Amino acid sequence: MCGPLPPDNHRSGKPVTAQTFNRMTPYLFLAPAAITMAIALLYPLGYMVYGSFRDWDPSQNISETDFVGLKNYITLFFDPAFRESLSVTLIFAFTVVVAEMVIGVGLALLLDRNIRGISVLRTLFILPMMIAPVVVGLMWRYMYHPTVGTFNKTLKSLGFDGVDWLGQHALLSVIIADIWQWTPFILILALAALQSLPASAIEAARIDGATAWQQIWHIKLPLMMPVLVVTALLRLIDAFKVLEVILVMTEGGPGLSTEIVALRISRTATEFRELGTAAAMSNYLLILLLILTLAMFAIGRLQDARTARLARQVQEEEG
Amino acid sequence: MPEIRLSKLTKRYGAVEVLHGIDLEMAANEFTVLVGPSGCGKSTTLRMIAGLETVSEGEIFIGGNPVSHLDPKDRGLAMVFQDYALYPHMDVAHNISFALRLQRRPKAEIEAKVREVADVVGLTEFLHRKPGALSGGQRQRVAMARALAKDSDIFLFDEPLSNLDAKLRGQMRAELAIMQQRVRKNMIYVTHDQVEAMTLADRIVVMHGGHIQQQGTPEALFKQPANRFVAGFLGSPPMNFLEAELVSENDRLFARGDGFSVAVPAGRSRSLKRTSGGVTLGIRPSDLNFEKDARDDEAIDLRVIVSEYVGAQSVLLCACGNGSVTVELKSETPIALGETLRFAIRAEGIHLFDRESTAAL
Repeated sequence: MCGPLPPDNHRSGKPVTAQTFNRMTPYLFLAPAAITMAIALLYPLGYMVYGSFRDWDPSQNISETDFVGLKNYITLFFDPAFRESLSVTLIFAFTVVVAEMVIGVGLALLLDRNIRGISVLRTLFILPMMIAPVVVGLMWRYMYHPTVGTFNKTLKSLGFDGVDWLGQHALLSVIIADIWQWTPFILILALAALQSLPASAIEAARIDGATAWQQIWHIKLPLMMPVLVVTALLRLIDAFKVLEVILVMTEGGPGLSTEIVALRISRTATEFRELGTAAAMSNYLLILLLILTLAMFAIGRLQDARTARLARQVQEEEG
Repeated sequence: MPEIRLSKLTKRYGAVEVLHGIDLEMAANEFTVLVGPSGCGKSTTLRMIAGLETVSEGEIFIGGNPVSHLDPKDRGLAMVFQDYALYPHMDVAHNISFALRLQRRPKAEIEAKVREVADVVGLTEFLHRKPGALSGGQRQRVAMARALAKDSDIFLFDEPLSNLDAKLRGQMRAELAIMQQRVRKNMIYVTHDQVEAMTLADRIVVMHGGHIQQQGTPEALFKQPANRFVAGFLGSPPMNFLEAELVSENDRLFARGDGFSVAVPAGRSRSLKRTSGGVTLGIRPSDLNFEKDARDDEAIDLRVIVSEYVGAQSVLLCACGNGSVTVELKSETPIALGETLRFAIRAEGIHLFDRESTAAL
């Protein structure tokens, strides 16, 4: 090969023009990422979907397994344990997201001002998000410990009875830990949204006679809404996939009271040795998350379309 | 309608003082324009009156009452912002009625008021549009209507026309002048555009470097500028300045500089007798008339360097010794670049400023 670059010009015999080469360049740059995606994401996903239609024990090679159609899905649909864990997941996800939104936005409204040391305060508030989930789980498990935990020791020293945190109130305890860890996420995004609000609109509201509450209610929150909706959806998607913290804190117990779907999937695959069922369960979760993600994109599209329509309207009138 | 008084109004940001004790009185129903270059403190002054900036020192009196401790909402004023500051999520009607709705006025009253002010500014057919679906001029009108709907005694305008294109700005300026006559209220208007200031104001306040340079009617400021800054700021094209010495000859006073020697009108020479040393001679382009046969001591010879054609008039940039002078000329006058022309100076158009203090003499 002694021809000019690129070397794949031998097919046509003609030298490949610089133009073709230029057109190829972006695809060449994209190729490594695309190949990685295909191997790391699409292949396992396809494998999971394929496996969910088979009766599959971990000791078997997948080619030795029997095709069972939708049996795994139907069994799951009528399985009270799976329904229970699905409802635990839904309760967990919606409760934490609502609580985190309220607290996060509230804190953002409080922290959106120029007082001395505010940046230190903001950094402190954001810290929980940076701790590894397993560490968060361990930390809270110790704090919730019935006898030596921080909470019960404090309660007892004040003369109250201890609370059976990870027993009777396991789901609530897990929810509190998640709120502690993920409220900062909402806080950061809400703060960013607040700081990008048009300052003069808020000043106009002050002159129009709005009190601090009225400014929040009539001006700030409505203007933040697009960001808040997307933030809530992002958080919801994340909350459906939560695993480590709960695994470390309660392992899904007591009973099934904190067994979220992700935990049930891992137990079905490892303890019950039913890979096909676990795969089907994963697909149910995937469908749920897909709907949420699509909703998020749809909202984004809708907003873009509306902005474009308004701009067009103005242009037509002026032109 | 109350009068507004600023007393020793001072603003500091940290150690930096941007407003150095402003004293200003605005009579009832007066249209006051604060004008000056960027950073002169005019917007800060307005925002302090509005209550959007805290007062570092001094006091603001509205109708005799000190208000610097009051919230903006308790000062009874309305404001139009440079970027309009509309509420993007509300339609025009809701933008206009926001203040009234906060006051929980009866629904019928609010609707009537919205229709009334929308009619005044010509927005009736756009009441259900969001600001995003309005052009710049329409948004400006919404901002105006919102201020009108409040029925405040005091109107504040913070460079309301500077985001509009030149043609629309002229049109809105005219509409503002009409509105000013219909709605007799205290209006304080901030701008860096001297044309807006001259056309709209009952009283112009020229600010520079955090100080008031001069205040008065547009005519007074134009005819008798207190110092070189005011003289150069008002008027377009701006006043020409030439460095000169005052020289007494045969009992007459001359302002003499590089390439000119102009007689100071007899009525003014007496007060100038005691002045010695350097002065700055200021002459507006409009006070220079092309006149071949003018007398030596009432005229100035200028060599044409550049001619800018602007329609009926041409603006000529000329050299006079080391200085440069701008003059206006009818476009049909036959002149050539490089030619030296004689211009007569109108006696009342001669302004003299102290070179050190820049104050008018």
